[in-house]
Amino acid sequence: MSSPLDRQVGTPATSVEDLPIWPAAWTIAAFSTHGRPDRATPGAPPRRRHKQKPVHMKILVPVKRVIDYNVRVRVNSTGTGVQTDGVKMSMNPFCEIAVEAAVRLQEAGVASEVVAVTIGQAAAVDTLRTALAMGADRAILVETAAELTSLDIAKTLRAVIASEQPQLVIMGKQAVDGDNNQTGQMLAALLGWAQGTFASRIEPAADSVHVTREIDGGLQTLALKLPAVVTTDLRLNEPRYIKLPNVMKAKKKPLETLPLETLGVTVRSHQSVLAMMEPPARGRGVMVESVGELVERLRNEAKVI
Amino acid sequence: MSVLVIAEHDNHALRPATRQAITAAIALGGEIVVLVAGSECGGVASAVAGVAGVSRVLLADAAHYAHGIAEELAPLVVAHAAGVSHIVAPASTFGKNLLPRVAALLDVAALSDVIAIESPDTFVRPIYAGNALARVQSHDPIKVLTVRGTAFDAAGDAVTAAPVVSLDPLPPTGLAAFVSEELTVSARPELTAARVVVAGGRGLGSGGNFALLERVADQLGAAVGASRAAVDAGFVPNDYQVGQTGKVVAPELYIAVGISGAIQHLAGMKDSKTIVAINNDAEAPIFGVADYGLKQDLFTALPELAHALEQLGAKP
Repeated sequence: MSSPLDRQVGTPATSVEDLPIWPAAWTIAAFSTHGRPDRATPGAPPRRRHKQKPVHMKILVPVKRVIDYNVRVRVNSTGTGVQTDGVKMSMNPFCEIAVEAAVRLQEAGVASEVVAVTIGQAAAVDTLRTALAMGADRAILVETAAELTSLDIAKTLRAVIASEQPQLVIMGKQAVDGDNNQTGQMLAALLGWAQGTFASRIEPAADSVHVTREIDGGLQTLALKLPAVVTTDLRLNEPRYIKLPNVMKAKKKPLETLPLETLGVTVRSHQSVLAMMEPPARGRGVMVESVGELVERLRNEAKVI
Repeated sequence: MSVLVIAEHDNHALRPATRQAITAAIALGGEIVVLVAGSECGGVASAVAGVAGVSRVLLADAAHYAHGIAEELAPLVVAHAAGVSHIVAPASTFGKNLLPRVAALLDVAALSDVIAIESPDTFVRPIYAGNALARVQSHDPIKVLTVRGTAFDAAGDAVTAAPVVSLDPLPPTGLAAFVSEELTVSARPELTAARVVVAGGRGLGSGGNFALLERVADQLGAAVGASRAAVDAGFVPNDYQVGQTGKVVAPELYIAVGISGAIQHLAGMKDSKTIVAINNDAEAPIFGVADYGLKQDLFTALPELAHALEQLGAKP
């Protein structure tokens, strides 16, 4: 389904030929979860198939500013949205994992540059500064006041990618506000790229990246042709705490602002939110005194055992 | 008007979530066509053909459809989307991986985790970890939605089977290749389909202590789940996770043990019919959603509970 948007603006940057060739044997045994031992047999040597070698891959990390994960979100009095006044905003937790993954690949010598991008109002600069303080090299704010659907965001990212030409996009699997879990898949579709969703392990190789995915029944590993889009799941890594000197350093890193209009992306209304509602509340429960009373009530009152 | 449902299966058996997606499709109205794409999955197609409400089954059988790879399946779905009003799949990792890719190829938006169908273009879905429900109207010519199994009953069996039509597979895109799979093997029921779920949190203290939960689960024929904290702590694999970013369950009975009840966990289980919370912290938010709360040390309560259930089971 190509649309006029398919041919994007922006100068096609560095041509693919400028990129170094990565011999197939170069890969990194990417970070396991939280520094815990991998699922390999206990006592087995650490999983590391190939010698680690520097390669030069540019990584784009889209990030989103959302209501902080720990805030108890409430619907506003008019039922048109949620209360946002005085509410703490933070980087979406899955985006933090994505930034961490990209920065670790850079620290391992696999990535040459990590570029963070966000789409939103000027306040989203805070989120970009967080990404820079975590280790991203530069950042791009695509500025707009419009409420965008996942598809619009994917189209906007495609326009950024047309000029940035990354080999890998790492982004969160979902944002904890809309809980959509769509943008990465849509972006991959628009670009005709492979997608590694819900990643718990990323191992870049020569012209592919192995991604282990958290699926309902367990784990699935795919080999994706590069360039590709990877979306992060919880166990990929534990994002670092930002140290104060890095906050100071982040202020000096380049941050570019592009008005959405300059990217030539046409957004259109796909859906309207007619109302927002509080979920139905549960009735008040009872505290029981003992296991005996619990079993009795479950059997005779709730009739579930 | 017709609804295209994407069947979820493992090439041998249909996943129960597909039947729930078919019920959602029935609520949308119109003819229901189910696409079964896989490898040597003719048996699955026959099974779908026997589900009530299904008008036709499309079977695409090819090696590159074996592992549910979205890069291969999405073009196939798009190729059969002409004249379709809705495309529906379960809101599982399978459906969530595939349908947004399909939607983008069709240049339409997608709706995730639909829990109610109010009309053919208006749906309700949870946002902010279920702290708000959004009523959303779609203006797209094709509505692409993943539906939550917990919100729809499983479609039953039909009296007469629907016809199965074989499709020509599309050539492989080669974008993604299957490498390996590590599936959790368990004799227990699947978490999202279980009648009873027993879930543990950080309070369990270690993966080994999940054995205490399992003893209770054995007595109840229950699935075992976990909070994100327990998964993060490495006690159990991620596919145990119940919550905003894990699985959403709504069993008859949900027993939360050593789970404090973070918003993100509640998002995955608060629609359960009866909720039991066992925690030694009287202030734990989990008690706020529990029908029955027991403030007790779980290391005392769990063996007692297992014993009490064993006694019950021993009764004639």
